[in-house]
Amino acid sequence: MRIFGLSFKLIKTLLTTQYAYMLEYRIEIALWALSGVLPFIMFSLWSQNDVGNSFGLTDIGLARYFLSAFLVRQFSVVWVVFSFEEDSLSGRLSPYLLQPLHPLFRYVASHLAEQATRLPFAIAIAITFFILNPSSFWLPSLPQLFLAYLSTHFAFTIAFLLQSLVAALCFWTEKSSALERLIFVPYLFLSGLLVPLSAFPSNVLKFAILTPFPYLINFPAKILSGMPVDIFNGFLAQILWISILIPSVNILWKLGVKRYTAMGA
Amino acid sequence: MIVVDQLSKYYRVANKQPGFKGTLKHFFDRKTYDVPAVTDISFKISPGEVVGFLGANGAGKTTLLKMMCGLIHPSTGLVDVGGFSPQRRQTAFLKEITLVMGQKQQLIWDLPPMDSLYVNAAVYGLSDHEAKVRINELAEMLELGEELTRPVRKLSLGQRMKSEILASLLHKPSVLFLDEPTLGLDVNAQARVRSFLSEYNKRTGATILLTSHYMADITALCPRVICIHKGKLFYDGDLDSLANSLSPSREVKVELKKPCASEQFEKYGEIQDLNDRFVCLLVSRDKLTAVVSNLLTDFDIIDLEISDPPIDQLIGELFIKGEVN
Repeated sequence: MRIFGLSFKLIKTLLTTQYAYMLEYRIEIALWALSGVLPFIMFSLWSQNDVGNSFGLTDIGLARYFLSAFLVRQFSVVWVVFSFEEDSLSGRLSPYLLQPLHPLFRYVASHLAEQATRLPFAIAIAITFFILNPSSFWLPSLPQLFLAYLSTHFAFTIAFLLQSLVAALCFWTEKSSALERLIFVPYLFLSGLLVPLSAFPSNVLKFAILTPFPYLINFPAKILSGMPVDIFNGFLAQILWISILIPSVNILWKLGVKRYTAMGA
Repeated sequence: MIVVDQLSKYYRVANKQPGFKGTLKHFFDRKTYDVPAVTDISFKISPGEVVGFLGANGAGKTTLLKMMCGLIHPSTGLVDVGGFSPQRRQTAFLKEITLVMGQKQQLIWDLPPMDSLYVNAAVYGLSDHEAKVRINELAEMLELGEELTRPVRKLSLGQRMKSEILASLLHKPSVLFLDEPTLGLDVNAQARVRSFLSEYNKRTGATILLTSHYMADITALCPRVICIHKGKLFYDGDLDSLANSLSPSREVKVELKKPCASEQFEKYGEIQDLNDRFVCLLVSRDKLTAVVSNLLTDFDIIDLEISDPPIDQLIGELFIKGEVN
């Protein structure tokens, strides 16, 4: 059995090894999980000023949305540009480029392993949130959970490909993590991390849905929290962005490796 | 067979003048220019050969090695390694080669080498049984045991380097590109790595291309050397011939019964060293027999030793000179 041209054994070995590696850093990962509490800060901000009502959301709806945004963010967070830049500048990328495995698969494996390590911490934070806000407790239905899981994985894939596109610029700029800011700012405002997209004026909303950002947090979070959402068009947009980004990364990567100078190696 | 034909590589670099004015100029009007790293180099290497690349820092030997293994693309010229164009990095080619870089690691720092070895085994499509057999075989040759189950960060540099070599050779590559594989190792660890590479070459018939700053690596492993100076090839041949052409003289070390003045030795050869009862002379090979005979007749000698000047010294002079006589 092969997935993306990789044998099941290779996938299993990469994931288990990376998971073992991540467990070495479990405290650091717990801190990273805790550092992702921005949605809770936004929740307390919006709920205290009763702004939620202007979004068409009750306090409970707002609480569920931001908890869902937190969970989606935990499992779609991406740092490939930073790892790649470090590996590229230190020369660690060189042996990876000379193995019959695309180096990006190693980064995918480390992200997935990190997500598995984050899981218990994310659950613990969610439980704490419910203890502090018992009225917001809900259990999504199984189909809801499945669709939220799927859309979160698609969100992760889009985020990973977007950052890989920037990471590939390392072959040209050497400091492509600076360019990552160009993605991070629109991500912060248009993904739904600070505020649900329904709060935006209609002209901003019309622009936002043309970008990949609303499908990174807003769309999966709405599914998970049980808010009304256009599931068909949401998944269609996610698949479309993945279909555009995969060949784009592939082309940029192929052009980039021709310029690779193996600095530091 | 490895064929390198008229290979050149240029790096584009930016030039910045010091100071605030230079910084502003560099920011708004960056000037770049091409620096030649390797220029018009050609040679052939037969399967099973062990070839050493010699050159001073920045001579271009590592760039050459990186082009041959496909890590960087040549600016012009051609490289063919066993029928493959390395820069295309086809899977079949990658399974035939390996690159080992001294003090650069592929092993996962916080896990034991064994974890990285099993990742490599999976990457190269080895079965569990094959992986176990090869790990055991290579571990025995490299004298590695329980080190393989200790976190990499807890290993000594020598143990880490041997584990790196094991990881790089797990898939039984037929062409080894080794860039300073003994860099930073102590004398004993260097000797072990050298004897392993020699044994690996004998057992598998693999082609080995090696750069090293330690002449002991080159003299122990490489019957053939390729010398590069400022990106250009200036010698390709066997090491002994290189030593002969570099030094047409031999060292004659004499231990005398009693001290003598230096003027007494001037007619025999170039005085390298004179210290109390010990004299070291550099004598041309054609006069060697006559000079030794005369020394034994003219002086009261306790001991006499004839040797080649140290190869390190000769190569060092060669790097400065940049040409072979």
